Amino acid sequence: MSSVADSHAHGHAGHGDHHGGYGGIMRWITTTNHKDIGTLYLWFSFIMFMVGGVMALAIRLELFSPGIQYFNPDLFNQFTTMHGLIMVFGAIMPAFVGFANWQIPMMIGAPDMAFARLNNWSFWLLPFAGLLLIISFFTPGGAPGVGWTLYAPLTVQMGVGMDLTIFAVHLLGMSSILGSINIITTILNLRAPGMTLMRMPLFVWTWLITAYLLVAAMPVLAGAVTMTLTDRHFGTTFFNAAGGGDPVLYQHIFWFFGHPEVYIIALPAFGVVSQVIPAFSRKPLFGYASMVYATSAIAILSFIVWAHHMYTVGMPVTGQLFFMYATTLIAVPTGVKVFNWVATMWKGSLTFETPMLFAIGFLFLFTMGGFTGLVLSLVPIDIQLHDTYYVVAHFHYVMVAGALFSAFAGVYFWLPKWTGRMYDETLGKWHFWLTMIFFNMIFFVQHFLGLAGMPRRIPDYPLMFETWNKISSIGAFGFGLTQLFFLYIVLKAIRSGEKAPERPWEGADSLEWTHLPTPVPYHTFEVQPNLK
Amino acid sequence: MASKPARSGVVTGVAMILIFGLTFSGLASALEWNLQPAGSKLAADIHSLHEYVMLLCTVIFVGVFGFMFYACWKHRKAAGHKAEQIHKNTMVEIAWTVIPALILILIAWPSTRVVVAQKDTSNPDLTIKVTGHQWKWGYDYVKGEGEGISFVSTLATPRDQIEGNAPKGPNYLREVDNELIVPVGKKIRVLTTAADVVHSWWMPAFGAKQDAIPGFIRDLWFKPEVTGTFRSQCVELCGKEHGFMPIVVTVVSQQDYTKWVGEKMKAIAAAADDPGKTFTIDELRSRGEKVYASACVACHQATGKGLPPAFPPLDGSKVVLGPKDKQIDSVLNGILKDGKPTQMLPFAKQLNDVEIAAVVTFTRNNWGNKTGEAVQPAEVKALRK
Repeated sequence: MSSVADSHAHGHAGHGDHHGGYGGIMRWITTTNHKDIGTLYLWFSFIMFMVGGVMALAIRLELFSPGIQYFNPDLFNQFTTMHGLIMVFGAIMPAFVGFANWQIPMMIGAPDMAFARLNNWSFWLLPFAGLLLIISFFTPGGAPGVGWTLYAPLTVQMGVGMDLTIFAVHLLGMSSILGSINIITTILNLRAPGMTLMRMPLFVWTWLITAYLLVAAMPVLAGAVTMTLTDRHFGTTFFNAAGGGDPVLYQHIFWFFGHPEVYIIALPAFGVVSQVIPAFSRKPLFGYASMVYATSAIAILSFIVWAHHMYTVGMPVTGQLFFMYATTLIAVPTGVKVFNWVATMWKGSLTFETPMLFAIGFLFLFTMGGFTGLVLSLVPIDIQLHDTYYVVAHFHYVMVAGALFSAFAGVYFWLPKWTGRMYDETLGKWHFWLTMIFFNMIFFVQHFLGLAGMPRRIPDYPLMFETWNKISSIGAFGFGLTQLFFLYIVLKAIRSGEKAPERPWEGADSLEWTHLPTPVPYHTFEVQPNLK
Repeated sequence: MASKPARSGVVTGVAMILIFGLTFSGLASALEWNLQPAGSKLAADIHSLHEYVMLLCTVIFVGVFGFMFYACWKHRKAAGHKAEQIHKNTMVEIAWTVIPALILILIAWPSTRVVVAQKDTSNPDLTIKVTGHQWKWGYDYVKGEGEGISFVSTLATPRDQIEGNAPKGPNYLREVDNELIVPVGKKIRVLTTAADVVHSWWMPAFGAKQDAIPGFIRDLWFKPEVTGTFRSQCVELCGKEHGFMPIVVTVVSQQDYTKWVGEKMKAIAAAADDPGKTFTIDELRSRGEKVYASACVACHQATGKGLPPAFPPLDGSKVVLGPKDKQIDSVLNGILKDGKPTQMLPFAKQLNDVEIAAVVTFTRNNWGNKTGEAVQPAEVKALRK
């Protein structure tokens, strides 16, 4: 650790001349600086967001009208599979790891991440995993067309693309586990004197808990895909009844990972929003301690609710009841969080810059996703809605309006700190409103489709679903174009944005705002601040 | 920081949301937007549970966000509001932990009743096994009226409609060649399984959905209360043609059901061999050729020359050209040599009278054998021990 700091210990705040001795591309390949690595994660995630987004648009293009128009059903299934995998593992998760890299050391007064070289490796595993996923399209038989859940035994029928996907999942899992170990170690060991656990910004808390979830859940996924691999090639029958296995076993293992995964994505998003809302309310976060407890409660509950994704596999009635009760319980800590955010705004001094708009949009839409989650947690209703577009709508309210909105809030919020330049507020607001409107245009109507009986993952549909699908598809193209607009806003800010003031947001009060200049120098907190 | 153009952005945004919102709600009332009409009490119970939960959710949602938007309006800095530095209130925090927990009990109680009813598949009037195949459904009536009926149900929509070369019909993608027929007012138990990958059988009008898992049997039940045709499709991704394996159930009155079962049974009987019938020699020969191809050809060869010495030729054989009874007996009971069975095994249990009569007729009138004799099933029957 100290050796990394020592080689740069010249003690000045200049930017651009101390990038580890390399310039150009080698700087990025060899960097061990948490800010560089954070930037890499964020750009990688944006690129994958575009790749996954193009697949989403292909799906919506095919679904614009009934009939098979552009893609054969096989390719359509490949798009749904890769859209899911790329968005979850390539876009959303790396985006929040990017925030963690940038923010955690600055927020706790640490000079860098605990394992700086490991940090580099954690990132550089990702592009190769992403590449494997994309290459799978060009193998004989194409990418797997099995859905991102990779259910057995359909996976056994796939071509070599399936194996590439399995290895990609292994790499992604390794990257996540290494990154998590790094985050846990950093938070537990590198806090500045006086930065007690219960004084940490909530973003750091949510990441601490998320990192534990990752360490616990990712090996389970690795196990599931490894068993799939041996079932495919080495004659095992984990998921084949003919050899004493059980296809449902796969689903149990997958969702034992899969449900914590939902909170792996959601908790850091909660963390970002918990920084943004107090800043623009000019009030401290309401109920800080209960936020920490609620986050922990959600994390623990997330491990005992997995089978609510499997109500239709034919569980005994006691199994269904247990998982239903446990799942509805999650509404309590989640409710506490929503109430705390609203109470933070209550009697504040509110302004509505772009980060705050995205945070409020998050709060509003994520709560809707929470309510549809409650609806789906009830076994009898889920029996009707399972595997329909209602579920698609529900989890996009959580993943897009939840995680993605919060990531946008985070980018607009911290961009001035990171780059020393302001984004264009008017354009930012346009980005928010267009995103908000197009998002609902895509996904709100999908609730109706699901209720009326349209299954998910179908390339063609009965005529009665046509109107909603058209609206949804138009919304999707609007949403996609709006995100190119976001890229423009960010590039414009970086290249020619107005110079950011020393304290861009008067209500923001964590260490990066109070103890560091704007823009932040390449190396920060080489001497830890004393906060006692 | 809100500049003038920024505020106009907010106004435009709100206006756009209103316009879209109104358009949506207008369209929603004109189009399919809710659960399909219930065709059974269970489905009706599910629907009222859904409405009840949605009502609770809406009230809470409006309440919480009423507070939030009130704060957005009243406590905005632009209106000169100064932040009050409150960040804790233990009583309020306890209240908003306990009250939601109580509301959950209000939701869990009625849900539990429906779950228990939904899982009770006991005492069915009719049991049907449903097998998911890539990409069609197999139906077997295994117990109750209609027992023994068995058929496969496949998409009936022509390829031309799917590929856009013909106008799409009203039941596009939700029409099949053989519909599942069930009687109204009877408790139907459906056993699900699959032949290849996981499928899922769903009939929304009856609140019935169950995955079909290869190698395992699961079950569900429904009790249709109205007659009519109900349509749905496979809901678990099962490969390429997942979107093209519809499920169509037609509920008919008890009389119509009995009539349908009668017709089906007659058809099954008609398809079965009738041992009392007298066939022409050509009928027997052509049928016999098929039986020969499946039962005899491996040893005696298509040429009838056999593979001597183990498998003697039939072409020119003394047995085949000899008395009918001797040949029928050797096919029925096999050939013994010194009291021990030979490679010529008994076929009495594998082939029925019609099949044996046909294959014997075939061998006696094929290759170089030209006896011109037909063997009738009755003759085979007479020789059975």
